[in-house]
Amino acid sequence: MTAAHIEPLPYSSDWTEDGLRRYEAEIGRVAAAHGLDCYRHQIEIITAEQMLDAYASIGMPVFYHHWSFGKHFLATERNYKRGQMGLAYEIVINSDPCIAYLMEENTLTMQALVIAHAAYGHNSFFKGNYLFKAWTSADAIIDYLVFARNYIADCEERHGQDEVEHLLDACHALMNVGVDRYKRPPKLSLDKEKARQREREAYLQAHVNDLWRTLPRQERTSVEGERERFVKEPEENLLYFIEKNAPLLEPWQREIVRIVRKIAQYFHPQRQTQVMNEGWATFWHYTILNTLYDEGLLADGFMFEFLQSHSSVIYQPPYSAGWFSGINPYTLGFSMWRDIRRICEAPTDEDRNWFSDIAGSDWHETLDFAMRNFKDESFVAQYLSPKLMRDLRLFSIEDDDREARLRVAAIHDEGGYRELRQQLSEQYNLGNREPDLQVWDVDFRGDRTLTVRYTPRDRQPLADSVDSVLEHLASLWGFTVRLEEISPDGSVELLRERQHEKRHR
Amino acid sequence: MLQIIDRRFDSKNKSAANRGRFLKRFRGQIRKAVADAIAQRSIKDIDKNERIGIPAKDISEPQFSLGKGGRRVRVLPGNDRFGRGDQMDRPPDSAAGQGRGGSPEGEGVDDFAFTLTRDEFLDIFFDDLALPELVKTQMARIEEYRRVRAGFTQTGVPTNLSIVRSLRGAAGRRIAVGTPLAARLRELEAQLDDLLASRGESDPAVVELRGEIARLRARIARIPFIDSFDLRYRNRIVVPQPSTQAVMFCLMDVSGSMDEEKKLIAKRFFMLLYIFLTRTYEHIEVVFIRHHILAFEVDEDDFFHSRETGGTVVSTALDLMQRIIRERYSTALWNIYGAEASDGDNWDNDSPHCRELLADTILPLVQYFAYIEIAPEPQNLWLEYQKLLGGHGNFAMQRIAELTDIYPIFRELFTKKLA
Repeated sequence: MTAAHIEPLPYSSDWTEDGLRRYEAEIGRVAAAHGLDCYRHQIEIITAEQMLDAYASIGMPVFYHHWSFGKHFLATERNYKRGQMGLAYEIVINSDPCIAYLMEENTLTMQALVIAHAAYGHNSFFKGNYLFKAWTSADAIIDYLVFARNYIADCEERHGQDEVEHLLDACHALMNVGVDRYKRPPKLSLDKEKARQREREAYLQAHVNDLWRTLPRQERTSVEGERERFVKEPEENLLYFIEKNAPLLEPWQREIVRIVRKIAQYFHPQRQTQVMNEGWATFWHYTILNTLYDEGLLADGFMFEFLQSHSSVIYQPPYSAGWFSGINPYTLGFSMWRDIRRICEAPTDEDRNWFSDIAGSDWHETLDFAMRNFKDESFVAQYLSPKLMRDLRLFSIEDDDREARLRVAAIHDEGGYRELRQQLSEQYNLGNREPDLQVWDVDFRGDRTLTVRYTPRDRQPLADSVDSVLEHLASLWGFTVRLEEISPDGSVELLRERQHEKRHR
Repeated sequence: MLQIIDRRFDSKNKSAANRGRFLKRFRGQIRKAVADAIAQRSIKDIDKNERIGIPAKDISEPQFSLGKGGRRVRVLPGNDRFGRGDQMDRPPDSAAGQGRGGSPEGEGVDDFAFTLTRDEFLDIFFDDLALPELVKTQMARIEEYRRVRAGFTQTGVPTNLSIVRSLRGAAGRRIAVGTPLAARLRELEAQLDDLLASRGESDPAVVELRGEIARLRARIARIPFIDSFDLRYRNRIVVPQPSTQAVMFCLMDVSGSMDEEKKLIAKRFFMLLYIFLTRTYEHIEVVFIRHHILAFEVDEDDFFHSRETGGTVVSTALDLMQRIIRERYSTALWNIYGAEASDGDNWDNDSPHCRELLADTILPLVQYFAYIEIAPEPQNLWLEYQKLLGGHGNFAMQRIAELTDIYPIFRELFTKKLA
């Protein structure tokens, strides 16, 4: 389309398939001009109820059945009906082709916004970011979920729904300690998953038999020193450890543990890149739609509606507001991407001082590099600028339970920029947000007690939920589970011990 | 090319399986919540959707997470007054100082509230009362439908073809189409006669006229005797079956000996009758009569909640019921149901009078009268009423110790209607 004869895009509250196609074509054209590299995408129209349902099953189009998804559905439905929340206008699946859901109730403007946001913004992030590249196989996830659902349904038929439900409860309880945080996965094709599953069953079962080896070994290893630990290196991935080593699990139970673990791992990158990812998508819908407006393709009414929605998404209530619930990742992410572009295009002296490498550089390249090679934690540490800290009026509060009062640790001033940036970065480090638990030992000569060690950070204790989680862990392990805490001076203290009564079989 | 897939029509109600599992797993808690809800809701609202809540801690999904305590630093936006090193008191719990220890659910409410559908609610309600499966499904169904004649349609199956209607329509059509042609024919024939008289058989005008007449006759002959659009079929539509009205009398003893628990049992009893009636009748009125030594017509709230002390004279309530029937509910227009709940501890001389009242004046008027006695041992009213059992098919009575005893009193009523 040339500037000579501009035919504006349709603007109406009702969308039509033809309208969607025209918007998609224009948005795609602008996105390509900006060099966004995306998976193919596919747009699916769904109802509000289906949207609620997708919400409840962590956004995936196919998923196994479990009561907890029913619970989330009921909770979301209640909030939606009460009008407490508008439905998020988009769900997008990290798959190839990338699936973006459009809700039928949305206006044409909202649909265009979602197409730009999800089908181009998130999509390019999924394809480009190193964490997603390393950890997720976009071409295989849907197939894997289908496999998982069928496998679990099959197990329910063979072993009873209650049995499977109990196992899934236990696995879900360990989901957040069921991911590899630092290890890289070997590249393998998930297509082979199903074919290899039987092979794995047999192999694993043979492997755990080590725990059962009853013949006394030659007691030649260092009699004096500590006996050799079953776990050579502490293992942070509890589900992985259970899958590979729990002595009493049946092969099908191991497979289910593996399924939950795989899915937890699949979502791990999303949890590590929330600010970047949402910010990136928001930045691009904003940029793309504004470009279209500048070209004269969008009606003024469209822009008003779009901006109204956009600005409510990136609204950041101040800390003192009653509805304040933390830093809005959309706000922070969007502002940071915009800010990086500003530093590239119109750097100030301060920017040249802080960001000598990117100030004045080509913004497309700089943004692309940042999108590919960072996660929230490092992204904030690398790119949060003093100007943005001032704009958001960031400050930090230190809460030490040994002190009677709270203390303001840093504010947005010359002396505080670096400290503040460091603190915010740590706030996005999942390793800090979640307790550091590692499998330490198994008493394989004795009663097979599993020992898990907790290393507190800044003396933060475990929440009370620990008792019920340990119960789940013990039921998976099949024997007693001990939880120990390592204090800063290196001494070890027993926190909890959970006896597991013998399984009735 | 952009792929747009319309999924709106597939996988409707996909979440039903997960919802079902949720309900199944927490059946115990939900049942308790339903019992609480029943105690609070009015009889007429029994089968409306109900929001119920179950304790959130029972359904939590635990994970390892960090608790309160230790040292943490939190970055916040919107600084409006602080400088580095400022100190302040800890805000009371749940305010900004809470840190990240809060639950990821984000809602600190005690109860997890959600809405049960009518079917789910009734299912649990019936479960408590130990209703047989058949009765449950029949009761949960809202309306029955009846097929009635509703004129004629142009489409249908051959069995419904109405020959008379079809032929009448065809005749009408033939007349409508053929009349102008016939008039023209008569006109031409008159012309022909004239021409024949004046010019003779071989005149070209005559030949032409004869040709035109032949064409016209052929056209008339081509009008079909019956055509497919003449066909008419008898039409039947479904209409909701019960279009009648009923009145339900709830009689309850509110003397001092009826405590809250007994009243709750009575309430379930009234509710069950009410649900039964909603299935059968379109419009239902409920009359509440409570009595001790005097009987009053009251509203539902008073019926269940206000307390009286003193003796019991049951016949006053029966008298009042009879009077109300006479004044407001003619048996020609209303189906009358009665349900009486009492602990049976009546004033001695009154019980035989009650029996007479029932037998002579009330039972002939009502469709069904059920009496429950909430007492461990038979009382004098029970003994008197027992004498009624043989002679009256529309009278049922039952002594109730717990909820599951309620159903038998309706058994006859239900089996009769369900058959």
